[in-house]
Amino acid sequence: MESEPKGSGDIVVSARDDVASATHEDSQIMPATRGDIVLSAQRISKSFNGVQVLFSVDFDLRRGEIHALMGENGAGKSTLVKVLSGFEQPTSGEIFLDGKPVKLPPNGAAEALGIVVIHQEFNLAEHLTVTESLFLGREVAHFGLLDRKFMRRETRRVLDMLGSHISETAVIGSLTVADKQMVEIAKAISRDARIVFMDEPTAVLSRGETEALFKQVRKLRDLGTSFVFVSHKLDEVTELSDRVTVLRDGQWVKTAPTAMLDGESIAQLMVGRELSSLYPQKSEPNVDETRVLSVVGLNTAHVRDAHFDLRKGEILGFSGMIGSGRTELMEAIAGLYPRVSGEVRIGNALMPAGDIQATAAAGLAYMTKDRKSKGLLLGSDMTSNLTLQSLDQHGRWGYLSPASERKALARARRRFDIRVRDASVVAGRMSGGNQQKLLLAKVMEITPKILIIDEPTRGIDVGTKQQIYHFIAALAREGCSVIVVSSEMPEIIGLCTRIVVMRAGRIVGVLEGDEINEQEIMRYSAGLKQKAVA
Amino acid sequence: MGANVTTEDQVEPKRRWQDVDLRAVAPFVALALLLLLGAMVNSNFISLNNLANVATRSAFIALIAVGATFVISSGDLDLSVGSMVAFVASLMILFMNSNAIADPGMMIAAAMLLALIVGALCGLANGLITTVGKIEPFIATLGTMGIYRGLTTWLSQGGAITLQSAEQQDLYRPAYFGVILGVPVPIIVVLAVTSVAAFVLYRMRYGRHVVAVGSNPNVARYSGIKVDRVRTTAFVIQGVCVAIAVMLYVPRLGSTSATTGILWELQAITAVVIGGTALKGGASRVWGTICGAFILELVGNIMLLSNFISEYLIGAIQGAIIIIAMLVQRSLVRKS
Repeated sequence: MESEPKGSGDIVVSARDDVASATHEDSQIMPATRGDIVLSAQRISKSFNGVQVLFSVDFDLRRGEIHALMGENGAGKSTLVKVLSGFEQPTSGEIFLDGKPVKLPPNGAAEALGIVVIHQEFNLAEHLTVTESLFLGREVAHFGLLDRKFMRRETRRVLDMLGSHISETAVIGSLTVADKQMVEIAKAISRDARIVFMDEPTAVLSRGETEALFKQVRKLRDLGTSFVFVSHKLDEVTELSDRVTVLRDGQWVKTAPTAMLDGESIAQLMVGRELSSLYPQKSEPNVDETRVLSVVGLNTAHVRDAHFDLRKGEILGFSGMIGSGRTELMEAIAGLYPRVSGEVRIGNALMPAGDIQATAAAGLAYMTKDRKSKGLLLGSDMTSNLTLQSLDQHGRWGYLSPASERKALARARRRFDIRVRDASVVAGRMSGGNQQKLLLAKVMEITPKILIIDEPTRGIDVGTKQQIYHFIAALAREGCSVIVVSSEMPEIIGLCTRIVVMRAGRIVGVLEGDEINEQEIMRYSAGLKQKAVA
Repeated sequence: MGANVTTEDQVEPKRRWQDVDLRAVAPFVALALLLLLGAMVNSNFISLNNLANVATRSAFIALIAVGATFVISSGDLDLSVGSMVAFVASLMILFMNSNAIADPGMMIAAAMLLALIVGALCGLANGLITTVGKIEPFIATLGTMGIYRGLTTWLSQGGAITLQSAEQQDLYRPAYFGVILGVPVPIIVVLAVTSVAAFVLYRMRYGRHVVAVGSNPNVARYSGIKVDRVRTTAFVIQGVCVAIAVMLYVPRLGSTSATTGILWELQAITAVVIGGTALKGGASRVWGTICGAFILELVGNIMLLSNFISEYLIGAIQGAIIIIAMLVQRSLVRKS
């Protein structure tokens, strides 16, 4: 970590006018400790359809630094990244590359200038191999004949450098999400980028993969590459970045060396209010509370012999690495994924396999982690999304009552605090946090007794996370039973009174009380510890 | 991120009247322009008589296209509709010629019922082959297209099948040539069928399911919708719509042949696309479909009434229209 001579340890959030003057002062006085400023933006404003998203934002990036860009959903991070990488042109303001004003070419053509974006949504063609993806658009050929051997070798070199086990001949479609992310990163590296934008690169990576990535990023930084790192994960930001810039509501709030901030103060800057209690008070259900769900000897293609019970009013956590079979198990319980054998009982009723209608009727709702491709119709409005799973409630004989649906939407917007400017907006245009709330509202429309939430807060801001946590806790207090599947350990530890750890398709441990801590969960999920599960 | 559709920092823009469903309005604007053009080409064109004639002639394609709107909205495609018209019509006429029922009125009613059943079964076959057989709808219905056409050719022994009883013919003729309150019967039938279709699509659970399945089958499945059942039902609805078209077609000529309904699938799909329904599924605009079918017939009518374009070019013009419609649709998507 570098240290800054300029005292900016104060984390008081200044008013807009002070902020503006502070910026210019900062950018003039701050000496370049590691390198000169390679990319800077001055007074960048950006509007979409008359709605201003960025308000005169300043930003600078030095050679060989990792600069974290933080802010809640809707703060303008992604827009700033787009402007700085040429995908969007600013409405006003200037961009400087190596001190000279530039107009960045659009549609990724800025790659020629060494500016590469690793996208949040993958830009990989599913049918190509890893090698073909890496060399897409710049294939090495002699007299029109592809030099496939060379390209394969080069791909292997980059993947080895990243410490990745992915085969260079694997087809993209066959890779896990985490591996696809690795390929994206390898692609950026193989293009000799000087400036790399990473938009939530670790959202789908496991702890180990994240560490491998960070190691590589640090190595590249030391060689002079500059990184802009957009993330919601505070611990990762404090661990990896050299400097942090915080945006809020499209405005610049602060730029400071990471060493002078801690997670709590960054979070405060982002929300502009005290984050008194991210997690609600835990309340343990009585031991003799009735069992609402029991799973006995469940097998699927990957999951082996899963046994567990869920009590009324309990919040049960499922932890484990990506690929440990948690989602598959939950989908098999919900009737979305085929079972090979085993029993699922809701109350005393035996659930037929692969019948989501039956489990939903018995009061079980499953909320997918994949809100964009399995949860919401991105091209439809909020009403169609909200009521899609519960249309029976809005009329008889297959007829739908618009008034009844409108009422449901108004109710859901109040209950889940879904904030949009216009109720007719399509889901795809809503922010991640609002989408997640809408999805939660949708599954809650069937008023389940058992709610399974897979990754409740993936890719959403701290404020919305807090709301969702409190909602889950309130549900449990009202007697609903909740299963939370999450890869974020603090979340699962903060919410659950009992945690099941899975590894390679098996339940390897159940933790309660004092056993619930990160080290212990890690031991189980990494396979260092295992106990017989009743 | 390049497409800037779903990124988190995208602020939800206020929806203004400018970007309210341009795609839904576009076909009606095109229709108005065509009417204007037609009026300039020939003064007889804009007469109510001529327009009613055109609308009556567009009825077959319009009815089939209403069914196609369901199939396309749910993300599938049915290429077999033209052959299905010929097949259903052949069976209907053969049945009427069999004189199984003495009373001609009862005979016609029974024949109509038969047409509906055969149409629904043909649609069901298409649906089951695509969903249970898990064959691409393009290929599945290409296959049944050949089957229905081949069966018709076999039934007619390569020639025509003609309604024999003059009594039946006279009794059935008003179904196509009749006029109720000054409006030709086919137009009434089209409006009635479209109203029902619009009600189903926009006001009923099934319509919501169709759109959900068409825009994202995964979301539909995770929402507890029986995706295969929804898709199959859409094919059955298509079959029923074909049968209704046949009920109007048989009284018109009283005859059918192996070449009946050739290329009608192309016209039906064109009408749907002109109407603003997305070919990839997910948006259904059944009134736009009717407008599209009318536009197709109008274009032919204008060409016939004008002296400067040969009417033999009609197929080429219709082909061009589908491409233009797609281009317009896409440019409208980008803007909004």
